[in-house]
Amino acid sequence: MSEAPRTERPQTRRLDLDAVALDPRTKVIVCCGSGGVGKTTTAAALGLRAAEGGRSVVVLTIDPARRLANSMGLSELDNSPRAVDGIDELAGGSLDAMMLDMKRTFDEVVLAHTTAEKAEQIFANPFYQALSSSFAGTQEYMAMEKLSQLRARGEWDLIVVDTPPSRSALDFLDAPQRLGRFLDGRMIRLLTAPAKASGRIGAKMMGAGFAIFSRVLTKIIGTAVLADISSFVGALETMFGGFRERAQATYELLRRPGTAFVVVAAPEPDALREASYFVDRLSAEQMPLAGLVLNRRHVVQAPQLSAAAAEAAADTMNDKLTAGVLRIHAERMVRAEDERRLLGRFTGAHPNVAVTEVPAMPVDVHDLDGLRAIGDALAETSSAARPA
Amino acid sequence: MPDREWPPARLHVVTGKGGAGKTTVAAALAIALASGGHRTLLVEVEGRQGIAQLFDTPPLPYAERRIAVAPGGGEVCALAVDAEAALMEYLELFYNLARAGRLLRRMGAIDFATTIAPGLRDVLLTGKVKEAVTRVRDGRRVYDAVVLDAPPTGRITRFLNVNTDVAGLARVGPIKTQSDGVMAVLRSSQTAVHLVTLLEEMPVQETKDASAALTELGLPVGAVLVNMTRAPLLPARELSRAAAGRLDLDQIQATLREAGIDADLAPALALEAGEHATRNALEEGYRKELQALALPTYELPLLNPPMDLGGLYELAEVLVAAGVAHE
Repeated sequence: MSEAPRTERPQTRRLDLDAVALDPRTKVIVCCGSGGVGKTTTAAALGLRAAEGGRSVVVLTIDPARRLANSMGLSELDNSPRAVDGIDELAGGSLDAMMLDMKRTFDEVVLAHTTAEKAEQIFANPFYQALSSSFAGTQEYMAMEKLSQLRARGEWDLIVVDTPPSRSALDFLDAPQRLGRFLDGRMIRLLTAPAKASGRIGAKMMGAGFAIFSRVLTKIIGTAVLADISSFVGALETMFGGFRERAQATYELLRRPGTAFVVVAAPEPDALREASYFVDRLSAEQMPLAGLVLNRRHVVQAPQLSAAAAEAAADTMNDKLTAGVLRIHAERMVRAEDERRLLGRFTGAHPNVAVTEVPAMPVDVHDLDGLRAIGDALAETSSAARPA
Repeated sequence: MPDREWPPARLHVVTGKGGAGKTTVAAALAIALASGGHRTLLVEVEGRQGIAQLFDTPPLPYAERRIAVAPGGGEVCALAVDAEAALMEYLELFYNLARAGRLLRRMGAIDFATTIAPGLRDVLLTGKVKEAVTRVRDGRRVYDAVVLDAPPTGRITRFLNVNTDVAGLARVGPIKTQSDGVMAVLRSSQTAVHLVTLLEEMPVQETKDASAALTELGLPVGAVLVNMTRAPLLPARELSRAAAGRLDLDQIQATLREAGIDADLAPALALEAGEHATRNALEEGYRKELQALALPTYELPLLNPPMDLGGLYELAEVLVAAGVAHE
């Protein structure tokens, strides 16, 4: 029997998520990472664990899929937090969960910044409808908005946020500011000018550039559309300052010490590459990073038997059962080794990032017990880091 | 083996849940469709440069270039469509407004227009794809097939249903005409929207949802492409016993001993086999759910990571062997 590769990496710092989630100083946990890596499940498991550890928690999920709803046994999540049934409240904690309704949150923002009459005008505008339901950054922006609303309510010790399923994890940081800039931007001002003054004075103020702009836009999309845009930005104009201020305030909130970013990844090249970018970005922006959660790690039960030895033995035997069992082991050893190498690349580049690993579960998580098992795994890995 | 035939489309839109391997499958499909002397175009629209990474080439410009050859003399070209560049091209082509376009870009107007009207952005992206599908040179089609690495299932209906998105913004005018033209191609039998999935709960659910939503919009659903499948490594009877935790440990121990392997490992190995069997049983369930969609279904095996160019050709071969071909 040959020597199997050791799967421990003493040089990797272990992430103790219990220490993060149960610390009364932690007010906000943001779970981020690329799509399909188990962000929502991690957020829900962390929220549940903190709640059963005695904290009063709300989990905010943005993903329009029914994932969190399923795993928390809720049939519907709307734009306001609901209590999750079936949690252990002996330690004095509680758990609420909600799913972001992007359009409704945007409507709330508009209402908070303007009169009811003006709000109606804005709601009726086709451009508002497009912007509030499908602009690529709106979801991220509204997630931030919702987070600050929940913060302002002050009803919870801990808010766990699951980030939107962006194609890139970085969108989450950039989109709110991008939207804020956009709504406050030069083009909007150009368009508002003629709505305010007479068209001619507006054009004069803006110079020849606007004349060309207006001509081209009219040619391409038609005057009716241009009028819609104009009235939309005109109506929104009173809110510009507010939009920008709020985006900035939430961004600042994320930099405070009470916030902990948890980067979630799966042991796959793309997911870990995204995690890498994100970690670099967080550090560049001085955002507080707790560490990396590596989901779906394949766990080997008999690490002392190498893949090669198992495979070789399987090839020589007639016993189909034992041969199959050995091949399953060999396959898993190879996978675990690939994953170890991928993680090694990540930790090599980011030696200071603490890591915790969650084993791949044979069954998909769809209830509280499943979430508890994930929570246990998050904590177990960290306790394994203690010296024996 | 699929019980239904590969759709004879010319535009193959590939969508799927994030993490299901959409880009990889789209690339393998582009190679498979080019096999036997055809020419295909692989297009991406999300600015991710996923194709360049996959083929290990420098980032793709907004220009079509050959990135691979296919078995039997075919070739695969690739294009990364960018909304801004597409709009500039559109302005130049239809309005001879190249200079104005540049000025607009400097003012941030293009960014503005594609931001304020997300539907406009999608019209530009799909419009470019449509142009490639219908492009003719010297009396023949430039591309036999176009494969679009489209946005994920969560956004696919909004992305493809450009008409409705734009209708709210432009009821008449050139943008409307353009989106009508795109929609006509997308709704025709020239197009097939393929769904990439994994044998896991959420991807299967999203596949079912997307199939229903696309059908409702009159968009032709093509095939289901099940990615990263694994064959069971135990005989069927043993699989169910393994899942129930009732494998014959004595037998395993005896055989291990004979093979010179520590027999004490038997319980640990049986545990691994149990998880394998449980996973396999779940996957069988998801397979049945997908079968109920009654769509042609193809399975692509899990290859050892990292995914490389050789792996892409391997997957393309699997597709060709299963009957995926151009016309």
